[in-house]
Amino acid sequence: MTVILEARGVSKRFGGIHALDGCDIEVAQGTISGLIGPNGSGKTTLFNVITGYERVREGEIRLDGRAITNMTPEAVFRLGIGRTFQLTRVFGRLSVMDNMLVASQHDASWARRAFRKAGSHGERAKALELLEFVDIARLANEPAATLSYGQRKLLEFAYVLMADPEFLLLDEPAGGINPSLINTLAERIRALNKEGRTFLVVEHNMEFVMGLCHNVTVMHHGRTLVSGDPETVRRDPRVLDAYLGGVGEDEEADGADGAGAPGAPVSDES
Amino acid sequence: MRRVPSVVGGRNLKAGGLAAAMAVLIVFPLVFTNPTVTSIAVFTLLFMASATAWNVFSGYTGYVSLGHATFFGTGAYLFAIVAMRFNLSAGSSLFALVPVAGVAAMVVAVPFGLVALRTRRHTFVVITIAVFFIFQMLAFNLGITQGSSGIQVPTPNWSPWTFNNPFYYVSLGIVVFATAVSYFLRRSVLGLQLLAIREDEDRARGLGVPAGKAKLTAFVLSALPVGMAGAVYAYFLGQIFPQFAFSPLFDLSVVLMALFGGIGTIAGPLLGALLLESLQQYFTFQFSNGDLYLVIYGGLFLAVLLLLPRGVIPTVTDYLSRRRARRSSAPAARDSLTQPIGEPRTSPIAIVTGKAP
Repeated sequence: MTVILEARGVSKRFGGIHALDGCDIEVAQGTISGLIGPNGSGKTTLFNVITGYERVREGEIRLDGRAITNMTPEAVFRLGIGRTFQLTRVFGRLSVMDNMLVASQHDASWARRAFRKAGSHGERAKALELLEFVDIARLANEPAATLSYGQRKLLEFAYVLMADPEFLLLDEPAGGINPSLINTLAERIRALNKEGRTFLVVEHNMEFVMGLCHNVTVMHHGRTLVSGDPETVRRDPRVLDAYLGGVGEDEEADGADGAGAPGAPVSDES
Repeated sequence: MRRVPSVVGGRNLKAGGLAAAMAVLIVFPLVFTNPTVTSIAVFTLLFMASATAWNVFSGYTGYVSLGHATFFGTGAYLFAIVAMRFNLSAGSSLFALVPVAGVAAMVVAVPFGLVALRTRRHTFVVITIAVFFIFQMLAFNLGITQGSSGIQVPTPNWSPWTFNNPFYYVSLGIVVFATAVSYFLRRSVLGLQLLAIREDEDRARGLGVPAGKAKLTAFVLSALPVGMAGAVYAYFLGQIFPQFAFSPLFDLSVVLMALFGGIGTIAGPLLGALLLESLQQYFTFQFSNGDLYLVIYGGLFLAVLLLLPRGVIPTVTDYLSRRRARRSSAPAARDSLTQPIGEPRTSPIAIVTGKAP
């Protein structure tokens, strides 16, 4: 298994708080990896560092072996890392279709494309296809502000896909959406994974994470505590101590289905 | 995209309306030959162009600039200085300097934008005001601008009865140009990116939008018609002074016009400037009191904030389309010419209080 994303010794301080404290993580190509941990353990900060929203002085991020530390968000996106936010961020006054088209403009030289008409026929067709994929194509002409919370999550998921990212970071994709939508979402993620896309998912819904992910990494106090397949992580006493508490016993282990053997890139605690 | 079948007929109607408006504007100085009236018309057209250009940047990106008078003054001074230095004689050929003045304004806009666009929201507004005052200060103190004694610009010896007409048609040309820029930008890749930046700049960057480049391009582009308007202004008045070429009232007027008509729309700034500037000029002539309009502007500004927070055009068209929808029970059509797309978050109140963009 090749490693698609690798972070080494990443540290980030906000004032006196160590949001990340020498964090190491590896994500194997073609897997769905989960990133869990108590609130404040640094998951979202790690996402922000990877996607260029936060700059770091210590540590290194590599994508396919290439250093991407402290690149701008737009550069990171163009390299094929798509990201959704914990609190959805759609462009409220733009139509759903226009939201999709904003994300489609990453290829070709910007200066040459800037003054052309937005949304070529091909781009619109692709956008509609992706909207079908997440089941909100009928809303294509509505302002995004009129969408429900769950629909916004789906839109955010869909527009990130406009750029065909090989690697997707999802920040609490199942947070605040209804159970049937959660299952749909999990199916979609599996389908995309079968196409060869890699996922790193932050999620508090343990059922969702344990059922979906091939591999789970637990963060605690800004560093990785443990990493392994869901079953191993679930039984690890350190994880139970740090975070899971009483969860775990009454849940069914769905086991990870989908293509590709579950990757076993294990990055131990530093 | 946000078109429903019922609007197809409306499109023809709109094209017809546009042609009719154009025809009226073209024959206007031939029908109303009174020089006082055509003089008011020239100023009105210059403000229509400026407000439209301002909207191309501030309306689309949500970055409120109070420094566009810098471009107006730069255009005016470039025109005056070149005419003076090279001893150019007055005549129609001097209008060739108008595009040059526009380009000069763009050249100024590049470093201005590079500095100011590093900041956002209130800080951006304050920086644009500061840069503007630096330019006014320069105009007062540099040798080349002749300080507070100003610069005389050669006056053509055209017949007093048709003297204003060439200025009128050049100004009309700038209005058409600025409106075309606004219209085509709105539909372009860059335009969509600017609107995305207005909604959520950081999210847009995370989707590959090169926000820095996009904002700077729009800023520089919006300087072009304003610089051109400044040049025509200088030529028309025949003399310029620092406090009038670089006037803080220019910025307030342009912003008020755009807000009044409907910020972020194409027709809004045109309508706002048409109503407000012609009224202002009329009052100035009528009451021979140059400052009365400030009181009216102040009152109007408050009235717009309280009663028409979205501007005239979006409010009226929304009302009409809702009424039409009630009658035909068809969904209300949205129209990008008159609607700032969806429900605006950027009301004037939000801008003034800093809650938006």
